Amino acid sequence: MKVERQELLHIAKLANLTIKEEEIENYLVNLQDILNYANIVNKADVDGLKETIAANENYNVFRKDEIVKFEDTESLLQNAPDAELHMFKIPKVL
Amino acid sequence: MDITELTVHELKEKLDNKEITYAEVTKAYVNRINEKEKDIEAFVTNLGEEAIQKSIEIQERLKNGENLGEYAGIPIGLKDNMCTKGIKTTCSSKMLENFISPYDGTVVNKVINEENMINLGKLNMDEFAMGSSTENSAFKKTKNPWDLSKVPGGSSGGSAAAVAADMVPWALGSDTGGSIRQPASLCGVVGLKPTYGLVSRYGLVAFASSLDQIGPITKDVKDAAILLSLIAGHDEKDSTSMDMPKKDYTKALKNNVKGLKIGVPKEFFGEGIDKEVKEALNKAIDKYKELGAIVEETSLNVAEYSLATYYIIACAEASSNLGRFDGIRYGYRTKNFTNLKEIYNNSRSEGFGAEVKRRIILGTYVLSSGYYDAYYKKAQQVRTLVKNEFERNFEKYDVILTPTSPITAFKIGEKSENPLEMYLSDICTVSVNIAGLPGLSIPCGVDSRGLPIGMQLIGKAFDEETILNAGYTYEQATNFRENYKPTFKKGGNS
Repeated sequence: MKVERQELLHIAKLANLTIKEEEIENYLVNLQDILNYANIVNKADVDGLKETIAANENYNVFRKDEIVKFEDTESLLQNAPDAELHMFKIPKVL
Repeated sequence: MDITELTVHELKEKLDNKEITYAEVTKAYVNRINEKEKDIEAFVTNLGEEAIQKSIEIQERLKNGENLGEYAGIPIGLKDNMCTKGIKTTCSSKMLENFISPYDGTVVNKVINEENMINLGKLNMDEFAMGSSTENSAFKKTKNPWDLSKVPGGSSGGSAAAVAADMVPWALGSDTGGSIRQPASLCGVVGLKPTYGLVSRYGLVAFASSLDQIGPITKDVKDAAILLSLIAGHDEKDSTSMDMPKKDYTKALKNNVKGLKIGVPKEFFGEGIDKEVKEALNKAIDKYKELGAIVEETSLNVAEYSLATYYIIACAEASSNLGRFDGIRYGYRTKNFTNLKEIYNNSRSEGFGAEVKRRIILGTYVLSSGYYDAYYKKAQQVRTLVKNEFERNFEKYDVILTPTSPITAFKIGEKSENPLEMYLSDICTVSVNIAGLPGLSIPCGVDSRGLPIGMQLIGKAFDEETILNAGYTYEQATNFRENYKPTFKKGGNS
């Protein structure tokens, strides 16, 4: 499958990434190379095989839904690029 | 005697016999780091003096009869993707350059808070553990102690190089497709990727959650067994960790492989595997036969499928896991924005490096409508195929033996422009992650340029004992560490 420029830009948009004009060609070549290689999976004989979604069979692990309060909000907020009045700050959205 | 040349179990013996003090040990390592860091560049955060202070404090507490861990006061280095409270955790990314975790990850908590080991610092890696050479670090390029013009492997390259250069006695790395074993192989040290679910991933910055595992990088197999015993165990904060009884893995080290059945898959010795690597592995096979193991050629036709499957699954999971980096709550925020959407887009585009962006795009692509069935779903089915192939082999064999890396350490810059070629470095290791099995890499010789060659021993799920014993027995019979040492040479043209 050939990856088109428009498709790459669409995918980048879905991933919240901006690709600069001068980077597009390089991304296209790399992505095409890797996908061509990844196509090997389509040669594998997987008829009738189930999909494995995890390495072990640890399926549905239940626990009580108990709230554990994390008190150290200072250490959380110190990582915020911008904060005010003990809240994360973002630009106006409305 | 040079303290930094000792393994941890040797250090422990000398400490118990009061031949050396805890403060002397940490001081020796800090001095060694100060001496070698300019050449090796293994550390993102070097705790130096702070570590010495801590060791003096631990020494006092031990003297006062406090009941600290068995390995209290032993220094350790941590890959910089493990959350450490109050100390930066950068993942070698501009995105997390100033990130200070508000909590310790489970494994960090075990070794630092419960066991009271001394944290020497945080070790360099490929950004978000994506890479096989540590060249994708946003901060520095770690060098291979055996030849400073070569890469240490990756992504846990800082951890492996620091152990090989005697800058830390042991270290923790993480392995998603070979990131413990391949750098261990390229740096001539021991690396163990445990069975998926044996060690908690809580507090390990997620790359591909169904593949990631934390594991030890050490100077010898006994140290790997010790460190594994300390970090293994169920954690309610990681629902994929298995609830199993605690084990002392050193008890498995019997120095005896008589009757052990080893399968050698011919597909792992074919095209693309360096001639000298093959020769060293064949010698190792002969050694196992000499030691009484039953070695047979087998077929495990999964290497190529696994690599393709790996890059589909790992990138898909990464594209989702790395969605959390939005420039709002933590991490890098762009200066260039007028609205919220631009914060997301520009923070991510400026904060992530090229390889990380490449993998997010690939992952988003294989998960997007129209391609999901052709790539992602197919890869999940191939994953079943790979697991079945291993299961079929483990009906006959106790251990599967392969090279760890198809080649020895390569030159810095040699593969960094060609992502696919870099990905091929993982051809021997990824299938182990795909199937969730344990894999151990131990050195088994050097090539004609003096660069270490690694052998991979793959075991059944949760049967770390068998591969540790197999590795230990080989190591006792061959003594790699006594015969070969890193030279720190500046590197030639080869």
